[in-house]
Amino acid sequence: MSRPSASTSSSSRSSRSRYGKEVKELQDALNQNKIESKRDAIRKIIDAMTRGKDVSMLFPDVAKNMETSNLELKKLVYLYIINYAKIMPDLAVMAVNSFRKDARDKTNPFLRALAIRTMGCIRVKLITEYLLDPLKESIKDEDSYVRKTAAICISKLYDVSPELIEEQGLLKLLENLLNDGNAMVVANAVCALLIVQESKGTTMLQLNPYTIQKILTAMNECNEWGVIYCLDALAMYIPEDGKEAEAILERVSPRLNHNNPGVVLSACKIMMKFLDYLQNPETIRQNALKMTAPLISLLSLGKEPEIQYVALKNINLIIQKRPIIIEKDIKVFFCNFNDPIYIKLQKLEVLSKLANNDNIQQILHELKEYTQEVDVEFVRKSVRTIGRCAIKLEKAAEKCVTALWECLKTKVNYVVMESIIVIRDIFRKYPRKYEMILKDLCENLKSIEDPEAKASMIWIIGEYVDTIENADSLLGNFSENFKDEPANVQHQILVAVMKLFLQRPNDGKELIHNLLKTATIECENPDLRDRAYIYWRMLSTDPELAKKIVFTERPTISDSSYTIENELLDKLIENIGNLSSVYTKKPESFVKKLRDVLNSKIADKIDDVYDQDQLMEGRPEDYSDQQGGSSNINENNYETSSQIQSQIQQSQVQQVTQKIDLLDLDENQPQQQQSQQQQQQQQLPTQQIQQPNQFQNIKIPFAEVLNSNTPGSQAQIQGLQIEAAFQKYGDKIVLDLKFTNKTQDKTFSAFGIKFNKNPFKLQPDAIEIQCQPVFPGSTQIAQSSINTNGPALEEPPQMPYKIQVALKTNLDVFYIFIPMSLSVLFSNTASITQQKFIELSQAQNMARKQEVLQIQIDPLKMKEKLERNYFFLIGVRKDERGVELLSYAATLVNGMPLLVNVIHTPTAINLQLQVPHPTLMPLLYQAIGFILTLN
Amino acid sequence: MISSLSFINQKGEILIYRVYKDDINRNEIIQFCAKMIATKENKESPIINIDQTSFIHISIKDIIILATTKIDVNVAMVLEFLYQLTKICKAYFQGNLDENCIRKSFVLIYEILDEVLDYGIPQIADANLLQKFIQEGGIQQETTINIERLRQLTYTLTGAISWRPAGLYYEKNEIYLDIIESVNLLISRKGTVLRSEVVGSIELRSKLTGMPECQIGMNDKLLMGKQARYNKQNSGITIDDMKFHACVGLPKFEKDRIITFIPPDGHFQLMSYRISENINIPFKVNAFYSEIRENKLEIRLKIKSIYDQNIYGTNIIVKIPVPKNSVNVISASSIGKAKHEVEEQSVIWRIKKLQGDVEISLNCEIQLGLTTREEVWSKPPLKIEFQIPMFTASGLRVRFLKVMEKSGYRTNKWIKYLTKGGEYQHRL
Repeated sequence: MSRPSASTSSSSRSSRSRYGKEVKELQDALNQNKIESKRDAIRKIIDAMTRGKDVSMLFPDVAKNMETSNLELKKLVYLYIINYAKIMPDLAVMAVNSFRKDARDKTNPFLRALAIRTMGCIRVKLITEYLLDPLKESIKDEDSYVRKTAAICISKLYDVSPELIEEQGLLKLLENLLNDGNAMVVANAVCALLIVQESKGTTMLQLNPYTIQKILTAMNECNEWGVIYCLDALAMYIPEDGKEAEAILERVSPRLNHNNPGVVLSACKIMMKFLDYLQNPETIRQNALKMTAPLISLLSLGKEPEIQYVALKNINLIIQKRPIIIEKDIKVFFCNFNDPIYIKLQKLEVLSKLANNDNIQQILHELKEYTQEVDVEFVRKSVRTIGRCAIKLEKAAEKCVTALWECLKTKVNYVVMESIIVIRDIFRKYPRKYEMILKDLCENLKSIEDPEAKASMIWIIGEYVDTIENADSLLGNFSENFKDEPANVQHQILVAVMKLFLQRPNDGKELIHNLLKTATIECENPDLRDRAYIYWRMLSTDPELAKKIVFTERPTISDSSYTIENELLDKLIENIGNLSSVYTKKPESFVKKLRDVLNSKIADKIDDVYDQDQLMEGRPEDYSDQQGGSSNINENNYETSSQIQSQIQQSQVQQVTQKIDLLDLDENQPQQQQSQQQQQQQQLPTQQIQQPNQFQNIKIPFAEVLNSNTPGSQAQIQGLQIEAAFQKYGDKIVLDLKFTNKTQDKTFSAFGIKFNKNPFKLQPDAIEIQCQPVFPGSTQIAQSSINTNGPALEEPPQMPYKIQVALKTNLDVFYIFIPMSLSVLFSNTASITQQKFIELSQAQNMARKQEVLQIQIDPLKMKEKLERNYFFLIGVRKDERGVELLSYAATLVNGMPLLVNVIHTPTAINLQLQVPHPTLMPLLYQAIGFILTLN
Repeated sequence: MISSLSFINQKGEILIYRVYKDDINRNEIIQFCAKMIATKENKESPIINIDQTSFIHISIKDIIILATTKIDVNVAMVLEFLYQLTKICKAYFQGNLDENCIRKSFVLIYEILDEVLDYGIPQIADANLLQKFIQEGGIQQETTINIERLRQLTYTLTGAISWRPAGLYYEKNEIYLDIIESVNLLISRKGTVLRSEVVGSIELRSKLTGMPECQIGMNDKLLMGKQARYNKQNSGITIDDMKFHACVGLPKFEKDRIITFIPPDGHFQLMSYRISENINIPFKVNAFYSEIRENKLEIRLKIKSIYDQNIYGTNIIVKIPVPKNSVNVISASSIGKAKHEVEEQSVIWRIKKLQGDVEISLNCEIQLGLTTREEVWSKPPLKIEFQIPMFTASGLRVRFLKVMEKSGYRTNKWIKYLTKGGEYQHRL
């Protein structure tokens, strides 16, 4: 287990110090009182953030500025917080107060909405709870701007904590917003309900005649985006009967005249779906034709190409379902010289669908024009389209063949090759009909490089061995390189030579003999070899029968290979305007649920913010081996000790039931019992420690450290989810682990653990973890005691502070990072005397810093909270201005002192932090905030 | 909806990056930049899916605006939103959107991005409205203190008439109506019209007091049909399709074909329309390319203006494509100036003013340089740009424009017509 060592070359050192200085300057600017200097500093920070530089170490300094009255500054601070909250959830907790305050601002609706909008972006479970009250109030806000923001906020928080949102009845409140008097609020509520519905998997937006009316009414008054949400919701409705469908269509069809292509396509989606419910053919026709002009307008010259592209993709679906909609207007699908290639290719697609006996002349004329252009892909597709028309329209086939004939004569390499491929299909569809072009085909043999074209040509020769006089010598030439050809060409050579021999035995005798020999002896491709063997046996047993088999009648080909199956088509029609209609794929095939993605591993998230480029680290170059630590708790439920205990009990109950289940598996049973006993034994002492201290230490919530989608180091297995947290029980540091088995059929057991070298010399007492085997679908809790006698890592702790851990199981080894809070490392034995405190606070080598914590707390309460976590009050004194100063101190497990002077103000706490080394500063600040907020 | 939005330059560097949902990470964007933008593969398709992430992008000159999503999003909406977003940015940057302004005003862009999308869901994308409460350097403190104004603003933002603030007053009530048509034309080598279409728009500038209701009627066939007093000769023109600004009452239009609306304040596009029948093509073009000797090409071009004698076309620019290896071009024209422009690979013929019903001509002799490789010259089409005031290629006319407000003031109305060359092309 090695950790990538930090580069220590001199150049990186100098840049580091430069950036360290820059960080310092930014900090200073943020701590000034002038709005301008703060704003400039945050601008610089956001700029760095945009460029992917890590500026997370400024979190405390930036967050301090949240409570500014300057709205612009506030927005910038929020932007920063949204970005880093996910990797520093414990710091983000401190932002809660500001949000709660802003969300209740009496005067400014923009401020209220901003707070609601932003707090929903802080996707940390821990915080969600605190945001529910202000959110509930905002749903009933007098201002519609706030309400429309609240509607969306519910869907945001649902993605973070679905259970909580449901428990608290917020979904019901969201549903009520459908009755809101403001159209935009209704539209956003519709949208939010659909998002929840998607993630929950059950119907949230009840579509019935009543809600449909609501939505239709809102649609008349909301802005263009709202119209789209309304239409997309309506599209999911299944009308009772034709009459209702018609009534809705009447309300929807005027939207076809909207300027926004999104509105137009969403309206088409409803029209296409509801037309199926109508009976009267004339009504259907009239309604269908309403779509024609709006769809074609989406292709107007000068319309944005990307929008044209989406329109073309959708038109392609629409005309397959209801060709009547675009019958006459083929000219709009002619390619313009300047069209991007992706549009040209789509237009060809549509043209081949629209081709019929009346317009084929016009289309062919156009296609021939395209074959003279220079873009190879476009030209090839144009040639192919001519072929498709030939196969689709029997009457027009001759014209198409003539056009292809002209293509052959151009002698342009790629035109010829594509033509050959296409002509092969035409020969299959219309055998023996167009032999006149054989001569020109055979003239192009030399230039054929493309394997598909080559294979096609050989097939054609084989098919017409009787007509092509020199077929034997042509095939002889091809056979010479037989061994070097790709498989499809080899196949065709074999088939063609076989045909030659069967038709003209004298000319093909030698050739087939040699070829069968080569194919059976020297070829490694089993398909080819098998075919050669079969031919050989056929020839040796009954050549006449062989002839019958080889020249048997083949199924005809049709253009249907390009049409979409009805089932898929209907699904795509339901998704007109969506990505699936562009990809021509069902949504399930490319959509990943948000929640699955959110469960991805922490490392990903850190990469996300940190980028590779860690220039702005704020770490001074002269760093020695002093140590510090902090924690990172990631999106997790706040669980109390008692909850954990009840979980342990539950898992015990589970074990009992499992035991019954497993009665007949006698081999496992004794072992299991034994290990269960072991676990109980192990649990007992912990519980003993835990009981008296239950109200002392803060309980660190579990963090997910291994996602069930992450495979082990040998990539053998995935499906194990691990949650972990370092805790302090009395004087003991303990690692709580929670294993969840998400596999269907694997059982995890034989857990072992090992730590990588770390700054605080932490290591587990024992490598083995006493834990029950974790069966599919079950969860087990285990503990590992930690001591501080391990090997030291001569590197400072990073923020957030994490320990790298290797976790062994019977199936694979997993490498994980477990976050740790500095509060776990406070020693409960070594207390600092007043004398010592004064000495230390005057020492030269201590780093000092002022911080503000936006928390309102009673001094007594604070003392109690801190002391519970071994952060002791040393003394109280008054400074020169008469302000009361409370001195606290703690010692880390390695003996390092941490000093804090506290001044209480009515709205916040001013902290003077003193630590032996600057890197400990943010970690200590974080730990204090953590203790005060969580406890 | 949209998971993240980025502005990226041509080198694939991220200029703006805003995440709306946690299901995307920066590395995915960086990979997209490295793969698609740096290698120019993005020209292949504006919508692609890599590892279950959909990348949807548009290019505005050198800037790529990229939206990502993991769901089956309404992509037509996303693209339209991206375009509207560029309009908003341009409104803030005096019509420019380039790397410079983005780098300079990135804070402003972030602020806009926070308002236009919430959780990746488009909310408000009206530049006029946004400018009322988002400004470079913050809005005036007075605005934030004045509760009444704030209320009005949020009411407007979410209201049924979100495009018009209440309480406007003008000393002089005026409304300017511009009908601007672009002619898109594609003519085959043989001179047959392959595609002809007019894309028009009605641009309005309103300086009106209060909450006026306006009505516009055109010589639209369907409207004329409804009003039976017109005889058959004057049956109006067929409009294929019309698209309206959000202020137009669509159900009412569907019912009686009269465009009824409460206009936004200031300049806006009331509607756009498309007409493909009976288009008055303003120019007739004859072009002959002949290779008179080896390496010598002659072009003879005749253009006739086929609009009314009393009307003048202005700023006419004819782009006549010539091969890449053209070295020496001698041209003689009956009017205007013609010049070989190497970068455009064309002879550009500029005519300031051209009266209707006049034929003009141009002769060019082109010396072709020797090329090492024999490349096929894909003759691009000949293009014409022009402007013709007081002329509509579609024949569209505004028949009435009514302004009704409860205070009953008089309104000055100004109407202007203009036809421009859009994609006006002749294949050669």
